[in-house]
Amino acid sequence: MPFTDHFIELGGCKLHLRRSGSGRPLVFLPGASGEPVVLPFMEKLATRFDVLVPDNPGYGQSDEPEWLENIHDVAYFYLDLFAHLKLREVVLVGASMGGWMAMEIAVRNTSRLHCLMLVAPAGIRAPGVEPADIFLLPPEDMARRLFHDPKLVEQRLAMPMSPEAIDLALKNRHTTARLAWEPRLHDPYLAKWLHRIDVPVSIVWGAQDRILPVGIGHELKRLLPRAELHLIEACGHRPQEEKAAEFCELVFRLGR
Amino acid sequence: MQLVLFHLMPYADLDLAEGRKNGTVWVTLPNRNFDPQKGHKLYNRYLDELEYGEELGFDVLAVNEHHQTAYGLMPSPIVTASALARRTKKAKIAILGSALPLRSHPLMVAEEHAMIDVISGGRLISGFVRGIGAEYHTFGVNPTFSHDRFHEAHDLIVRAWTEPGPFAFHGHHYNVQYVNVWPRPYQKPHPPIWIPSQGSKETIDWASHPDRRYTYLQTFSPVKVVQRYLKSYRDTCAAYGYQAEDRQLGWAVPVYVGETDASARAEAKQHFEAFRNVFVKMPLEMLLPPGYTSRESLKNVMKAKAQMFGDVTIEQALELGLFVCGSAETVTKAFEGYWGEMRFGNLLVMCQFGTLPADLTRANMERFARGVMPRLKAL
Repeated sequence: MPFTDHFIELGGCKLHLRRSGSGRPLVFLPGASGEPVVLPFMEKLATRFDVLVPDNPGYGQSDEPEWLENIHDVAYFYLDLFAHLKLREVVLVGASMGGWMAMEIAVRNTSRLHCLMLVAPAGIRAPGVEPADIFLLPPEDMARRLFHDPKLVEQRLAMPMSPEAIDLALKNRHTTARLAWEPRLHDPYLAKWLHRIDVPVSIVWGAQDRILPVGIGHELKRLLPRAELHLIEACGHRPQEEKAAEFCELVFRLGR
Repeated sequence: MQLVLFHLMPYADLDLAEGRKNGTVWVTLPNRNFDPQKGHKLYNRYLDELEYGEELGFDVLAVNEHHQTAYGLMPSPIVTASALARRTKKAKIAILGSALPLRSHPLMVAEEHAMIDVISGGRLISGFVRGIGAEYHTFGVNPTFSHDRFHEAHDLIVRAWTEPGPFAFHGHHYNVQYVNVWPRPYQKPHPPIWIPSQGSKETIDWASHPDRRYTYLQTFSPVKVVQRYLKSYRDTCAAYGYQAEDRQLGWAVPVYVGETDASARAEAKQHFEAFRNVFVKMPLEMLLPPGYTSRESLKNVMKAKAQMFGDVTIEQALELGLFVCGSAETVTKAFEGYWGEMRFGNLLVMCQFGTLPADLTRANMERFARGVMPRLKAL
């Protein structure tokens, strides 16, 4: 069943999302670059779940609402969206910036969540660990840091940049700056409330992540002692793309 | 025409090879490259040059603010402007400008500028800027809120200068229960406000608004760009329903006056090229962080990337009008011509740029004052 495009008006924001499959709802919140195309991991997840992949507010084909000033705004918006769509027992999967959003959602309210998967999420700071400066690195260096496998890097670099793709990239970058420029890629008030997350949590990290180094994953595991931490070998910042099979297996196990 | 001597106070002793190797002298050039002994000499040399500017007849002495860079050693223009306030008697002192969004508290700007205005007996010209893109990287201030913070800080400062205190100010970014600035500024209603810019429609619309009529300065740009933006300022004023006065326009440009055209070029070449190709240079991501400009402007810069980010020789710079250099007669004629086209009431000359040493800087200032200034002042 192919993914279909939906536009939902809510809270003064037109949200774009792709949806496919059936079963328990699975919401995948993308990271700073968005997920502009349907990737194999989404199709695989849709064999067992009702998969919803939104463009986060301010990203992709979604609006940039005026109220969008910080990460908390995103969390409240998604809580409203889950209620609006009457989603229950949501498998909430967030990658990178999307993982941060997922945590901000879950510390506020887990009543519509079944479980939470955090894929190399931003959102907390680990002492002595510096994330890459995603706002200063030239685009080519960013691509090189995204994956462990040089072939995936070359593929990414070979992708032609249409004017539309440039517009999208600038829009995504703007929203990421708005949410994550300072404090850089984290919310200093988040860690102290993580204990409120009372659904099963799985943390997944590429062992060779050079955007958000795996040290942040270990810190997150310390803050969420009941969570499982899965390190994926030979993998960079995008396990969902670089190790799609392993990634989907972990989602299936958690989301059962 | 009002003549302004504008100093950037670069770290002229920089090992240029280190600057080139690092790709930029901004943000990431390790500060071990700064030698405080040499810095001591440079600061005092540069302040002497500005004070000498008063003696030579410049109407205004101008300093500016830049952070964590060899491009300019004035993270606080307040310090240099304060020193000038005590050592000069007649010349106005321009701060071009204080980077409002980078300050955590705009009232500090209101207070410090008011102090200098009172100490100098009303000789301060206040400039307000947003700081350049690189400074959002160094300071961590969110560039997507830069315009908002600038406007709100500006409103707070001007109200603090003009409205009887104490009063409460409730903004989105700044909240103060008691705005009650001591000292109040010497000038009424407040020091003149100048807005230096690299050129943006938003800035022009805002500065030229009938409520403000702030002097707009186009800084270090090819002359065609200067013409375009100064014309745009005049057109915007006309659209607002009034005619811009010449004093509302200014142009900041590096200048070198030699004995002859040939000797001027020969003397200035390496120092100008160090300025343009080492001190100014930075990568796109550093220059324009997200939200610092509109995305349309950002795309225009990306298109012009090769031209903007490549090296420029002195010959190319002269052709572009990025630099004015030659005998006193050549320089005078050039500015008379430009003035005829643009009618800017303020000319800001940078008589020191890049690595230009003390002897050449003084000779340049003297030739400018003797051979160029009298005719320009008459305009």
